Amino acid sequence: MPTQVHDRIVAIIAEQAMLDPADIRPDMTPAELGIDSLGMVESIFAIEEAFDISIPFNANEPEKSDFDVSTMGSIVAAVEKLVVAKA
Amino acid sequence: MSPKSGKSGKDDKGRAGKDRAGSDRAGRTRSKAKPGADETAARDAVAAIPPAAPAVAPVQGASGLRRVVITGAGTVNALGLDVASTLAAFRDGRSGITQLDFRDVERLTIQIGAQVHDWNPETYFNRQQILLYDKFTQFTLLAAKEAVAQSGLSFHGELGLCSGVVLGTAGGGLNTWDENYRVVYEEGKNRVHPFVVPKLMNNAAASHVSMEFGLRGPAFTVATACASSNHAMGLAFQMVRSGAAQVMLTGGAEAMLCFGGVKAWEGLRVMSKDGCRPFSANRNGMVQGEGAGVFVFEDHDHARARGADILAEVVGFAMSADAQDIVMPSAQGAERAITGAMRDARLNPEDVGYINAHGTGTAANDKTECAAVAHAFGHHADRLMMSSTKSMHGHIIGGTGAVELLACIMALRDGVIAPTIGYQEPDPECALDVVPNTAREARVDAVLSNAFAFGGLNAVLALRRA
Repeated sequence: MPTQVHDRIVAIIAEQAMLDPADIRPDMTPAELGIDSLGMVESIFAIEEAFDISIPFNANEPEKSDFDVSTMGSIVAAVEKLVVAKA
Repeated sequence: MSPKSGKSGKDDKGRAGKDRAGSDRAGRTRSKAKPGADETAARDAVAAIPPAAPAVAPVQGASGLRRVVITGAGTVNALGLDVASTLAAFRDGRSGITQLDFRDVERLTIQIGAQVHDWNPETYFNRQQILLYDKFTQFTLLAAKEAVAQSGLSFHGELGLCSGVVLGTAGGGLNTWDENYRVVYEEGKNRVHPFVVPKLMNNAAASHVSMEFGLRGPAFTVATACASSNHAMGLAFQMVRSGAAQVMLTGGAEAMLCFGGVKAWEGLRVMSKDGCRPFSANRNGMVQGEGAGVFVFEDHDHARARGADILAEVVGFAMSADAQDIVMPSAQGAERAITGAMRDARLNPEDVGYINAHGTGTAANDKTECAAVAHAFGHHADRLMMSSTKSMHGHIIGGTGAVELLACIMALRDGVIAPTIGYQEPDPECALDVVPNTAREARVDAVLSNAFAFGGLNAVLALRRA
């Protein structure tokens, strides 16, 4: 399942960033991907819908959220944790 | 207003608005006619221009523009059902933010708001009126009655023909939308009450105010999200100043605290779950409120002639568009509205003692607003006071500027500056005197009220002590 989850998240972010999924590396930050705060809010919504989970994220303090959005890798790890918790 | 007309020397300071306005108009016409011509020649030049010329105000005697004063105020909000109780809460630094209480609230992530609890429309309206009045109309009418009663005006006869109403709201009858969508989508009914449309339309409140008082002049509604009532009040000011109306009821209202209204805001992830802390380093979002503010804007000479109690004078207004982003604010756009309002009012930066901030408590707004004010005011930014009363009455969206104008009037009239409550930690990006937590006594001669809306639409009003 982790690979599946990983691939779906990358696909969602890639679509938002208008990049090829192959070009997205785990160390990339949202800024490097060209995703601004509204883009992040949109991506998180798409991820919530895809996995039927609820992501605790406040755009005012992204760094303080339990949900770490600092890099692509941290986003994948946080979503995987929520998906596992749901199952 | 052209930048040229804004070059007001210090000698303009304190002069009567009518004279200021007069030289302003002549200044503008000068640029249209021949440079260096004296004012009489300039006025002759104006008279020679066909009346359709859009940039030139109609010639109305020597001075042209009228002075505009506020002679009545009314409000309903979480802090109180009238102006007196609202101002008392401002002085005490009391918060109106509580646990939300309405149908399906348990399905919301955001559970707090500045809600008007124990609102019983039956106390103020009969059964037939309640069928026609959404909550935003109810709030507006109650506030309007308070304002008109204070002004002492009656609009029967001639005065009603040259008086009107312009109000701001972002969502209009949102409770009505919400309730009736629930009826047809959730409950599966195929019939709604016949008054759904006249109840939910954004102009319902303005129309009912016009009917209630017999205002038969200009009447309409402005929707510019969180700047709606500042835009409305700015237009009302311009209409009285230009002579298009003698009296305008103006302000705005919002009643968005229902399941659908809050759910929509949740989506943006900008709401705080625990409180509104504008300018504080640990702020984490806005808190929504509801309510209305309505004012009587009146021609100065008309008010003086009847011996009315003048609460404050409205002296300037400017609006600008960021033309940049649908939600992220721009310091440049905000600054242009701030400096534009001062120019329109013939105020120098050091004349301004207090600013009622937009101050939403979001990360983005507060630092952008402080940057705009710091840049617009230069060294004087360190001496002026700026507070956000949204920390107390919440963000009343399209009605917020109207309720906030009460803090401006209190500063000018009572010499009391409403505080920014909930302030806990200084933020280097908001390094202005935000009047933290406790109201302050101070004499101020001129104030500004900021509103910066989603969509990048900015509207700033300037007021002077009467």
